[in-house]
Amino acid sequence: MATSTLSQQDSRLAVHSLFKRARGGDEIAYLLTLASAVGILVIVGLIVVELWINSQPTVHRFGFSFLTGTRWDPNGDHFGALPFIYGTCVTSLLALLIAVPFGVAASIFLAEMAPPGISNVLTFLIELLAAVPSVIYGLIGIFVLVPFNRDYLVPVLTHLFGYLPIFKGDFYGVSFLSAGLVLSVMVVPFIVSVSREVLLAVPREQREASLALGTTKWETTWQIVIPNASTGIIGSIFLALARALGETMAVTMVIGNTPKITASLLSPGYSIAAVIANEFAEASGSLYVSSLIFLGLVLFGLTIVINALARIFVITTQRRGS
Amino acid sequence: MMVEISRQRKVVNAVMLSLSGLCTVVVIAVLFFILGYLLWHGISSLNLDFFTKLPKPSGESGGGMANAIVGSGKVLLLATAIGVPVGFLAGVYLAEYSGKAFAFLLRYVVDLLNGVPSIVIGIVAYAVVVRPMRHYSTFAGGLALGIMMIPIAVRTTEEFLRAIPNSLREGALALGATKAKTVFTVVVPAAISGLVSGMMLNLARVAGETAPLLFTALGNTFWSKGWLAPTATLPVMIYNYAIAPEEDLHKQAWAAGFVLLTLVLLINVTARVIIARGPASARR
Repeated sequence: MATSTLSQQDSRLAVHSLFKRARGGDEIAYLLTLASAVGILVIVGLIVVELWINSQPTVHRFGFSFLTGTRWDPNGDHFGALPFIYGTCVTSLLALLIAVPFGVAASIFLAEMAPPGISNVLTFLIELLAAVPSVIYGLIGIFVLVPFNRDYLVPVLTHLFGYLPIFKGDFYGVSFLSAGLVLSVMVVPFIVSVSREVLLAVPREQREASLALGTTKWETTWQIVIPNASTGIIGSIFLALARALGETMAVTMVIGNTPKITASLLSPGYSIAAVIANEFAEASGSLYVSSLIFLGLVLFGLTIVINALARIFVITTQRRGS
Repeated sequence: MMVEISRQRKVVNAVMLSLSGLCTVVVIAVLFFILGYLLWHGISSLNLDFFTKLPKPSGESGGGMANAIVGSGKVLLLATAIGVPVGFLAGVYLAEYSGKAFAFLLRYVVDLLNGVPSIVIGIVAYAVVVRPMRHYSTFAGGLALGIMMIPIAVRTTEEFLRAIPNSLREGALALGATKAKTVFTVVVPAAISGLVSGMMLNLARVAGETAPLLFTALGNTFWSKGWLAPTATLPVMIYNYAIAPEEDLHKQAWAAGFVLLTLVLLINVTARVIIARGPASARR
């Protein structure tokens, strides 16, 4: 009894002195900002923990074979994720294949050739492209790109390259190809704005020295500036890859949503993000939900690794440049 | 011989330079194509009903998306109320208080959070809010978008506060102001135009987010029954209507897409102009 009143008094004293100190507002402000900072660490920790805990049923049931299984059968309670992982990788790589040449070329133009005024305006416009919501890209994808592919692009492709396995089979419009094309438009702005910045970070003296030796503008760009900025450009490509992997809505709307592994880009497919978007709200049964959450964890892991690599690349060039 | 080589070099130079210019034109043409197409299709499908009426049951034509517009507003309000204060205060901590080691860790974690795919954030909001409460809710959607707003809020706050010269802080401290008073009545007001436009950009970024709302705010075709009930939102409506078979719903989707894109781009342009003209131009 006595000890309890004592400790009560103690704590009351402590509260009182804390209150007194806090009255100036100094401590409160400090604690508030610190709490927010720590709160962010907690939130990220919580994301990892929630994904991990909620995917445990699937991990226990299937283990590693979940990632290599090819059968996705919610009714039979059998879940294999390979078709989705395959679809995510194929569409993302296809997107990069198209976006990288355009993006890097545009960044070269903006950083090396265009006068600063024009370059700033054009960069501003390209960055607006990054602000367009992904569902809008999906809308354009469904109603413009898919019919265009069906009526013009694919007949030409199959006519020219029909003997290649990647252009074999029937085409219904929704496909890996359509998803890759939409994604490529979506990731170009990221490549352009980051690549342009690393190109601009290459010291001016390098260009002047090279030009003074009698090289053309292009030779200077290709042999001097780009090698200097190459790690940064690779970084921008990784950044774009991370975006493409996690992109959900636009892909969901044009990929066809069929879990299938085939070499043909003309065939409909599925991606990790798309299957979560499509099936999560209707998933019944804990194993089904946990399998979808495990897919989320896989996606989370993939994007984190690739983002980290991108950051390392970009930071190393910018350090070297300055 | 010499002449030959130098002519070849000049040709290569001209060809490559024009090719890179052409690529830039193609990329920008895509932007104008999207804008133009949405403008064309969107405006022709847009009317007053779109802003004032509820969606019609499937099969009937007409109707609007008033509930989705209000729903989007509510979700974004919640997201701002959750994401901006946390991100702002953490940014203040980074810029004004933090030691080096903790700042490194926090910056790293914030970058990590920025890279998390939006659909994964949606899963987490589902696991934390929807599942325990056993129903979809506006609040869960707001929480998901709020978490997505945090990284940019932290980064813009830190950047703009760091751009404020130290002499301002020293002046305030020399007059006897406490640290908190210095930060919140001298430094933050000096950076306010940048901070506000940074937060606008942040809001525009999440305004079009669809994936995290699919299984948090869900969606419906009537007025939402409150903050703890599901609500329709513009992006989810666009998605649902775009993949529906009815021609009439496609028109509605175009109208909604037009409204959403106009809103997002307007906010973007305004905020960027303010930042570019602002006195504390902290663009790295």
